[in-house]
Amino acid sequence: MNLKRQNLLLLFSGLVLVLVPLFTVKPEKEGDELFLGADDKAGGVIKELSPGYKPWFVPLWEPPSSEIQSLLFSLQAALGTGAVAYCLGYYRGKRRALHDDDPARY
Amino acid sequence: MHIMEGYLPIGHAVGWTLVSAPFLAWGIKSLTRQIREKPEARLVLGATGGFAFVLSALKLPSVTGSCSHPTGVGLGAVLFGPATMSVLGFVVLLFQALLLAHGGLTTLGANTFSMAIVGSFVAYGVFRCGSAVRLPFNLTVFFAAAIGDLATYVVTALQLALAFPDPVSGLNGSAMKFLGVFALTQIPLAMVEGLLTVFVMNLLRGHVGEQISRFVPVLNGTVR
Repeated sequence: MNLKRQNLLLLFSGLVLVLVPLFTVKPEKEGDELFLGADDKAGGVIKELSPGYKPWFVPLWEPPSSEIQSLLFSLQAALGTGAVAYCLGYYRGKRRALHDDDPARY
Repeated sequence: MHIMEGYLPIGHAVGWTLVSAPFLAWGIKSLTRQIREKPEARLVLGATGGFAFVLSALKLPSVTGSCSHPTGVGLGAVLFGPATMSVLGFVVLLFQALLLAHGGLTTLGANTFSMAIVGSFVAYGVFRCGSAVRLPFNLTVFFAAAIGDLATYVVTALQLALAFPDPVSGLNGSAMKFLGVFALTQIPLAMVEGLLTVFVMNLLRGHVGEQISRFVPVLNGTVR
């Protein structure tokens, strides 16, 4: 299998793994919220196991709304993608410059 | 896998910080040595840190009806070794604790241990084992990333179980509850992480490999 096809297949399978639950999982009860964060669910389990537990420290700063939070999360993802893409682009260009006598390779 | 701010009793918070500290010290030493000895590999190092940034920001839906995220540490652990990657994982967690109120400073030690340290070391261990028995390279990378990711979430569940044993069924009971929240949700997401790691590894090997495989031998498909 050539690399391009393998890569497409990898991305496609990843997408399927994510999309299938999005459409197949239904809430247990009508009106239950779906796809909450597992971290928050763990907080719920803690409350159930140890009802008296009070978090003894609060975040120094919290994003003022879920919009701001998703803004920051997308910023995080964008920064990361930037680093990966810069590296790949840099070396791809460099390799092309080294082998510019043979454009068929690209 | 982020244990929320303030959600670990103080003894546990301090304990996990103490457990993580020596690994981070080792990691910083190995990271600075790598930057000094092979400055050519810096860009790839940055890319693996970037990969962890992206993946840990992606909260994906799973079969249990809740959302969780991959960790992205497997790639760097395989390319640069687990000690170095644990520092990069720590940076991701610090960023999220300070700017996103995701995780926290008091739980940073525990979260660093599960994601940055156990995730990296398990991924690296699986990679070495897979290579030793001559599994195909990409399959080995897949297993390394996926199992490292899963290990992180199992550790998180156990950390919480240790801090909050079930009043009736004790440690086992609460471990099952936390594993139900974290580990089940994570199984398909760990597979997604494995697939994406192989994808980026393919791109790196294709475009970067021959140019710096002298410095990062794994990119050549060989193991040190």
